[in-house]
Amino acid sequence: MNNFIEIKNVSKTYGNYKALDNISISIPRQSIYGLLGPNGAGKTTLIRMLNQITAPDEGSIIFNGATLNRNHISQIGYLPEERGLYKSMKVGEQAIYLAQLKGVSQKDAEKRLKSWFNKFGILNWWDRKVEELSKGMQQKIQFIVTVIHNPQLLIFDEPFSGFDPINVNILKNEILELRDKGATIIFSTHNMASVEELCDNIMLINKGKKILEGSVYQIKQDNKDNKFEVKLRNSGIQEFRDSGHWVLPDGFSIISADDKDVNSETTLVISAEKEINPNILINHLSEKGTIVSYRELLPSMNDIFINKVNSL
Amino acid sequence: MNNLSIILKREYLTRVKKRSFIIATLLGPIIFAALMIAPSLLMINSDKMESKKAIAVLDETSWFYGKFENTDVNTFVYYDESEHIDSLKKLVFDGVYDAVLYIPMTSLNIPVNAKLYSNKQVPMTLSSHIRNTMKQEIEHKKLLASGIDPSIVKSVQTNINVSTIRMDSETEEKTSYAELEYIIGLLLAGVIYIVIFIFSNQVMRGVIEEKTNRIIEVIISSVKPFELMMGKILGIALVVLTQISIWLILSSAIYFVASGIILGPEILSPSGTVMTEQISQITEMSKSQDIMLEAVNMIQSINFSAIILGFLFYFIFGYLLYAAIFAAIGSMVDNETDSQQFISIISLPLMLSLICASTTINNPDSSLVLWLSMIPFTSPVTMMLRIPFGVPYWQVGLSLIILISSFVAVTWLAAKIYRTGILMYGKKPSWKEIWKWLRY
Repeated sequence: MNNFIEIKNVSKTYGNYKALDNISISIPRQSIYGLLGPNGAGKTTLIRMLNQITAPDEGSIIFNGATLNRNHISQIGYLPEERGLYKSMKVGEQAIYLAQLKGVSQKDAEKRLKSWFNKFGILNWWDRKVEELSKGMQQKIQFIVTVIHNPQLLIFDEPFSGFDPINVNILKNEILELRDKGATIIFSTHNMASVEELCDNIMLINKGKKILEGSVYQIKQDNKDNKFEVKLRNSGIQEFRDSGHWVLPDGFSIISADDKDVNSETTLVISAEKEINPNILINHLSEKGTIVSYRELLPSMNDIFINKVNSL
Repeated sequence: MNNLSIILKREYLTRVKKRSFIIATLLGPIIFAALMIAPSLLMINSDKMESKKAIAVLDETSWFYGKFENTDVNTFVYYDESEHIDSLKKLVFDGVYDAVLYIPMTSLNIPVNAKLYSNKQVPMTLSSHIRNTMKQEIEHKKLLASGIDPSIVKSVQTNINVSTIRMDSETEEKTSYAELEYIIGLLLAGVIYIVIFIFSNQVMRGVIEEKTNRIIEVIISSVKPFELMMGKILGIALVVLTQISIWLILSSAIYFVASGIILGPEILSPSGTVMTEQISQITEMSKSQDIMLEAVNMIQSINFSAIILGFLFYFIFGYLLYAAIFAAIGSMVDNETDSQQFISIISLPLMLSLICASTTINNPDSSLVLWLSMIPFTSPVTMMLRIPFGVPYWQVGLSLIILISSFVAVTWLAAKIYRTGILMYGKKPSWKEIWKWLRY
C-alpha cells in the first residue's frame, strides 16, 4: 500500500452549508502534499477530520491501511493555523505537557525536547514564561511540540505565517528533513512560492469541491500555454522590424520583443501551437543570432490557482 | 497516565502554584480568625476604650436624686432646682461636664421626658442606661401608688426557657437549638453559594483563556474536548477542596492559639472584667457552668455527620453542575464581558435560593421550599439551609438523585456546546445557533 492517507468520498454539511462535497484524495507515503484553496474552501474542515476533531458525514478515511481511529492520534502531529500556548506557563513545562497529551512519557518528552531546544539554540528559554517570548520564538516552540512525538503524519496549516525569512528557511529545511526521515506531510497554505518549492503533490479545493489534483510537475504541464522565452544576442532585430512583420516558422507567433537590454540582448516571448516541436523554433532563431538562453514558460502555481478559482 | 489525569494535573498544579492562590490560602484563615476573634476582643475592651464621662443631672422633679448609678465610666453629679439649665449647659462647653441631663417638671407630675445635652455624640450605652433607670424608678413609684409592693413584682418575675425537642422517631428525642442550626445552615449555604460562583467562574475563565490563546485546537487534536472540559472542572474542584481544607485547618489552629493567648487569662481570672462586678462570684461560677453544659448539649445536639455529608454532596454536585454550564458559556464567547448575559440568567436560581433563606428555615414544609429543594439549580443552597434542622430522608434522597442526574445531563449538553463553541471565533452566538450546536 503506497498511499499513506486515502480519503474516499468524504462529505460534510453544517446546517445548509456544504463544507466538503464528495472529496477523494490519495496522499503517497513519505511525500509532501499541498492543500490549496481560498479562504472558506474547506481545507480546515478536511484537516480537522484527519485530526478527528470533526467526523465526516459520509465517506471514509484510511490511515496507513486502517480506518482512522483514536489510536492514530498519537501518530499525527498538527500545527494549526490558529495556534498559541498558555501564556503564563513555563516553556519547558508546557512543552512536556503537550507531549504527554500525545502519549510521550514525561521522561522521554524531556529528553527529546532538550535535544530539539538544543538544535534550535533555545535551551535557555526552558524556564521562561511563554508571555516573555516574541511571536517568532513561540512559533519555534509550537513547531517542536508538533513533531516531538515523531508522528508519521504531519499536518501544517499555514506554517510560515508570522515567521521571518530566516526562520522560514530553517522551518523549510526541517520539514524536508522530516519527510526524508519517513514522515508524510500535509501542508495547507496560500503561499504559492512555498508550494512550488516543497510540495510533491497538491490538491486545489474551492467551495468544498476538488478542482485539481496531481503532482506539481504534472499540473504545470497540464496548464501550460506553450510559451517560450528566448534571449538572442546580435539578433539584427531591426531586420525583423523593417520587413514589417516577424518572420517565424509556421505555428509560432510572437507575443513580445524587448531589445532595451543594456547588454544588447533581445528577449522574445513566443507562443507555439500545441504539438509543435519547439526545436523548429530554435533552429530558426539560431540563424538570426546567438541564442543566449531558451526556456519554456510554465505557469506559476499562483497563476494556476488564480485562474482556476476565477474561472469557476 | 491517561489524558484526563494529565489535564487534571496541569489544571490543578498551575492554579495551586500561582502566587495569588498561595496568598489567598494563607491570608484567608488569618482574616477569618480575625473576624472570629475581633468581636470578643472588642467586647472585652470596649469598656476600657470608652472615655470616662461626667454628667450633671438637673432634676426639677427630684424623683431621681441619687438614682443614677455611678459606673466605671459614668459619674453623675446632682443639682437642685436652684441651678439654671443654661448655666449647666455652659459648663459643658467649658469642659467641666460631658453632658447635662435635664428632667423638667411636667404638668402631669409624671416626668416622662428628659433632655440630655452634650456637645459631642452621647454613647448609646449612656442614654439607654438613663432611660432604663428612669423607667424602673417611675414603674416603682407607680406600683407603690397602686398599693403593690415592688418586691412582690420582682419575686414573680420569671425567666422562661423553652427547650424545643424534636421527635425524630418515637423513641428518639432531641433538644434542638434553632439559632445555632440557623447559623450553621446559613453559613454553609453561603459557602456553597460563594464557592460555586467563584470557582465556576474560574472554569469559565480557563476555557476562555484557552480560546483566546488559540491553544485549544492543538489540545483537542490530542484529546477529546470532553476530556479537556472534565479535566478542567475536576482539577479546579480539587483546587477548591485543597483551599477549603487548608483554610479549615489553619483557621482553627489560629483560632485556638489566638483565643488561648488573648481571651484565656481574661476568662479564667475570677475578678476579670468580662463579667460585671455586680454579680457575685458564686452565681458567676454556677452560671458559667450552666453555659458550659448548655454549650456541650448544643454541640452534641447538632448532627455533624449529616451536615458534613450533606455539605460535601451538595457542594460537589452543585459545583459540578454549575461548572459544566460555565464551561459551556466560556466556550461560546471570546471574552468575559460577553459572558455576562449568559451568567446573569444562570445565576438567578442560585440567588433565588439564598433570597428565600428565611422562608426556607421558617417554613420548611411549604411547597415552595419543597420545589427549591428538588430543583437541581437551587437544591444545593436550599438543602444546606435545611439539613441542620433535619430533612426527611426521602427528600434528601430524591433531591440528590435529581441533582446527580441533572449533572450528568447538563454535562452531556454542555459538552456538545463546548465541542463546537471552542472552535468558533469572532462573534457571540445567538440562542438559535446554540440550539443548532446542541443537535450537531
